[in-house]
Amino acid sequence: LKCTAKYVYYLSFQSKSDIISTVEFNHTGELLATGDKGGRVVIFQREQESKNQIHRRGEYNVYSTFQSHEPEFDYLKSLEIEEKINKIRWLPQQNAAYFLLSTNDKTVKLWKVSERDKRPEGYNLKDEEGRLRDPATITTLRVPVLRPMDLMVEATPRRVFANAHTYHINSISVNSDYETYMSADDLRINLWNFEITNQSFNIVDIKPANMEELTEVITAAEFHPHHCNTFVYSSSKGTIRLCDMRASALCDRHTKFFEEPEDPSNRSFFSEIISSISDVKFSHSGRYIMTRDYLTVKVWDLNMENRPIETYQVHDYLRSKLCSLYENDCIFDKFECVWNGSDSVIMTGSYNNFFRMFDRNTKRDVTLEASRENSKPRAILKPRKVCVGGKRRKDEISVDSLDFSKKILHTAWHPSENIIAVAATNNLYIFQDKVN
Amino acid sequence: MLSKGLKRKREEEEEKESLAVDALWLDPGHAAVAQAPPAAASSSLFDLSVLKLHHSLQQSEPDLRHLVLVVNTLRRIQASMAPAAALPPVPSPPAAPSMADNLLASSDAALSASMASLLEDLSHIEGLSQAPQPLADEGPPGRSMGGAAPSLGALDLLGPATGCLLDDGLEGLFEDIDTSMYDNELWAPASEGLKPGPEDEPGKEEAPELDEAELDYLMDVLVGTQALERPPGPGR
Repeated sequence: LKCTAKYVYYLSFQSKSDIISTVEFNHTGELLATGDKGGRVVIFQREQESKNQIHRRGEYNVYSTFQSHEPEFDYLKSLEIEEKINKIRWLPQQNAAYFLLSTNDKTVKLWKVSERDKRPEGYNLKDEEGRLRDPATITTLRVPVLRPMDLMVEATPRRVFANAHTYHINSISVNSDYETYMSADDLRINLWNFEITNQSFNIVDIKPANMEELTEVITAAEFHPHHCNTFVYSSSKGTIRLCDMRASALCDRHTKFFEEPEDPSNRSFFSEIISSISDVKFSHSGRYIMTRDYLTVKVWDLNMENRPIETYQVHDYLRSKLCSLYENDCIFDKFECVWNGSDSVIMTGSYNNFFRMFDRNTKRDVTLEASRENSKPRAILKPRKVCVGGKRRKDEISVDSLDFSKKILHTAWHPSENIIAVAATNNLYIFQDKVN
Repeated sequence: MLSKGLKRKREEEEEKESLAVDALWLDPGHAAVAQAPPAAASSSLFDLSVLKLHHSLQQSEPDLRHLVLVVNTLRRIQASMAPAAALPPVPSPPAAPSMADNLLASSDAALSASMASLLEDLSHIEGLSQAPQPLADEGPPGRSMGGAAPSLGALDLLGPATGCLLDDGLEGLFEDIDTSMYDNELWAPASEGLKPGPEDEPGKEEAPELDEAELDYLMDVLVGTQALERPPGPGR
């Protein structure tokens, strides 16, 4: 089986010690941001393509690194709040600076990343070292001039949106109006205006009056890419709700409810856990949503609520191993999923540093591996295959040999080109398709 | 509000066959399952789930999703085991036997009550809950929430901490309150009796008008009068 593009191992970056917890390209694909367990954000920037080297596509290099979140201590509840970055979302670029939202379990921050390549020199009241001069000694006035300096990229926190979530934030999503965004935790979703940090609107609340009645939590949420009144959120019971903010201020009643009836032949004690949706993403067109549960990726048409239009098996060979995976908690792993720019290919991660791509048009799929040992720079990635039983062929790997500690939970796809970013524990891999 | 999210399935037909199908549902590779008859296999999964539940609750801040999924799975297992209430002891992880035996010996109602109280305790550590709940008597031993009654438990959490917080003034004490409940009242009238007016788009123009009302409202809540008069919130 061949996927449409042949992927080339391109460049990898190793974070110092921390596990990468989120990966996101900006809207042009020029920048790639990663967040890690230590609360750091690292931004990579694509080199401008050189005219002399037509065949050499722009490479990504480190552009900026900053500490977004620090560990905090909540004295009221005697709890430590982790600094791990759960999600990063970029704002569309509106001026020379770049803006992104980053969030940990409790607090969302808006960061401004800007360049400085000139500095003013020749102040009247300060000397070259910045020390104040005695005004009495100044006999002439001069106009300060801007002189070039080495490029400096600085990140500054412009807004801190805090104290609005009792539970753990799992998603943030920028609205297409570019004025508001939402943050979702296990039980509530809040709507924010970028300019206002001390208030947010609660738009979804599924907390029951008695916590003993709690049977379902919110697992992911996203705004529609074009309709600023529409958003979706997914649940631990495998359902997706589409809400329209025009209908009422509190969107507890959904406009659409997506759920696939349970397959009785596949029923087990673990049915609910494996149906829990770990990620939901609108297609770029806004016509479809994609959901990821433990074993599959599903594509839903917004106009059809009773079942998905496509279902892709990510690693169905795990279906007979659910008990062991429950025992070692792997069954609770939350895999993300992404669309390519044209919504024709979808990608998601698996175990053993494998990740999968599904071509929606040709129905072909491929399994690739993100690992240093098996990849040389500029070499074409070899498709992998998992052997489910019987005789194992030379290049195949058996299910029992899979390394469940090597999981690919976070991946990202360039908005317009075939460039993908794959986070494998504390390594970031960037692959692009081969230029002939 | 949301329904309890029951999956649409042919439950009536399946229930009768549930016990017989047990063996098929479990991983044949699992050590305990391979040798044990179906009922005992459910029991070992039950023990495992109870262990996970306790481990989850012992975290300073439990992962709510993990907790809910484990509890729901436990309920499923328990439902399938119900006809065979008295089970022979099953080899299980060391820490589990005493809790598991106690739970197995309890009636269904007791188990539900103990799980319910475990979830209630969770609501207390998550922040201000509403009225204090009555303490469930049949709590399994080793419950990490502490032996004190839940209402006292909540006060205990506030007690030692207030010393630090009052340094920030009274406002600092209330910073961690889940403000979404107050915001609901102001921005989002949830009761169905109200007519759907023009959509309140969140915007700068609304904020200045409501500041005073919001402050008055918060003061009322702090003083405690509003808490008594407040109508039921959404989904209650």
